[in-house]
Amino acid sequence: MTIDRNFPIGEPVLEVKNISLRFGGVKAITDSSFSVLKHEIKAIIGPNGAGKSSLLNCINGIYQPQEGSIAFKGEVLEKITPNLIAQKGISRTFQNLALFKRMSVLDNILVGRRLHMNSNFMQVAFQLPKARAEEKENLAKCEEIVDFLEIADIKNTPVGKLPYGLQKKVELGRALATEADFLMLDEPMAGMNVEEKREMCRFILKVNDELGTTMVLIEHDMGVVMDISDNVVVLDYGKIIADGPPNEVRANQEVIDAYLGVSHD
Amino acid sequence: MEQKVSNNNIIMGYTRSDLTNFLIAMILSFVAIPLVVQTDYWYSSILIPWLCLALAAIGQQIVMGYAGQLALGAAGFMAAGAFACFNLILRVPDIPFFVALGLSGLVAAAFGILFGLPSLRVRGIYLMVATLASQFFIVWMIDKFGWFKNYDTSGIITAQDIVILGKPFTSPLEMYLVILVVVTVLTVLAVNMARGSTGRNWMAVRDMDIAAESMGISLLKTKLQAFAISAFYCGVAGALFAFTYLKSLEPVAFDIKLSFKILFMVILGGLGTISGAFIGAAFILLFPVLLNSVGNNVFHGAIDATIISSIEQVVFGALIIIFMIYEPLGMAKLWGNIKQRFSKNK
Repeated sequence: MTIDRNFPIGEPVLEVKNISLRFGGVKAITDSSFSVLKHEIKAIIGPNGAGKSSLLNCINGIYQPQEGSIAFKGEVLEKITPNLIAQKGISRTFQNLALFKRMSVLDNILVGRRLHMNSNFMQVAFQLPKARAEEKENLAKCEEIVDFLEIADIKNTPVGKLPYGLQKKVELGRALATEADFLMLDEPMAGMNVEEKREMCRFILKVNDELGTTMVLIEHDMGVVMDISDNVVVLDYGKIIADGPPNEVRANQEVIDAYLGVSHD
Repeated sequence: MEQKVSNNNIIMGYTRSDLTNFLIAMILSFVAIPLVVQTDYWYSSILIPWLCLALAAIGQQIVMGYAGQLALGAAGFMAAGAFACFNLILRVPDIPFFVALGLSGLVAAAFGILFGLPSLRVRGIYLMVATLASQFFIVWMIDKFGWFKNYDTSGIITAQDIVILGKPFTSPLEMYLVILVVVTVLTVLAVNMARGSTGRNWMAVRDMDIAAESMGISLLKTKLQAFAISAFYCGVAGALFAFTYLKSLEPVAFDIKLSFKILFMVILGGLGTISGAFIGAAFILLFPVLLNSVGNNVFHGAIDATIISSIEQVVFGALIIIFMIYEPLGMAKLWGNIKQRFSKNK
């Protein structure tokens, strides 16, 4: 895996420290810390309800953890909102697909270019040269992404009409369009068949390899996780029970127990 | 329609078919109609209100069809625009009509931002109830403070004549042309916004706000922007409506019924399309006229006029239900489907 990478794994870029998240009396995440290294692919695994998505939602600013801190690129982030996170260069996909259903594939991906387009509504309304140039430039960028993901034939179809697997791809496309250097993928391969999964893995590895994008992904398919990730974090009942390279994690007794369901004392 | 956008024949962002459609519409409306239609009735009772209400419907379309914010209170913003225009012409000597019109739109836009604020907290049907405030507050304010009506006690104020560059535009045909110019410009601008990044931001907020936020779209800015632009369109439409159709200014003309009418135009015409605003407005205005003439000509007065107007209500209600169920995207989509089938057969 680690032979001759274009972007060798570097220093920690995201540091999550002692995060706790409660919904009323329910503890979703308890005192969890982990870090993500630059250019690595980090998988978050764990049984259903372990708090994996909640963890991403904390980093993303959708949930506000009651305790703990999150630092990105050495800067501790205060008052995290999805908007702030987008501006810092973190993009994501969602577990249950959060696409713009009535918009075309291309338009969905173009929304990902939001932070690269700054003409105001007057410039757009009057189609001033700036707005036109910007639109053209970003459209070209999105066409590239569409070609890369091999979905050019459906680029004008409203996303809501596409099958699940393709929608997952569009969502990846939208996240890529942001050109964020840090991507969080929430179950990018859920509901896909083997063929589609293999394809998705190829895209993920290619993006990581060619652009050096740091990735955090939540995945249930152990085969996939062991194949593509550099490091794995295992969550169980809101707690991190293991963090390390795939082969180490696989041998960890606690992880095996969590997956086989040993009773907690 | 969407499919044609990425055609190769792009000239300034428009496809060839866009330009031909635009040209046809322009020739029809600026040349053919003035040449063919000679009766004042058609201008003052059909074409003028149609264009005014279509403009207001574009406003409703922007906030509801594009930005997905269920707002009900278009008539309130129209009232704001109408009375702003009246006061500007009254109090600012020699103000050019189009300047007064634009400023009236801006006044309405300010109200739009104010009454759009609840959209940051509530959504759906609750937002609809919250935005009703604009409807009642603006009309109440105009009624309550005499200044807005220039302390006129009769209740009905005659609108000033439209004077552009010293020339009065008072005949129905002249007024029609004035409105047409305004509506054309504002429609082109609306189409540009809807197709550009501005419209994409609105639709992203409409379809999935959390994802929109994660892509760096500010919900606050985008929603308030949609409310402001929507109110601007309604304000200009209200001013034109008062000055050319009603020829008077009375707050009661901008009641909740008008707001509902505009809402129905957008729903029937098709949510999320600019053309839907025009189709919906045409339908809502022409349908009663059609029903009346059918009643008179086919049944020769055998059916009472009151019954006809009740039939109108029943049919409207039924149509709205039918469209909600079978074609939520409205008549514009229906028309698109017909066109598509037609071009496939060719």
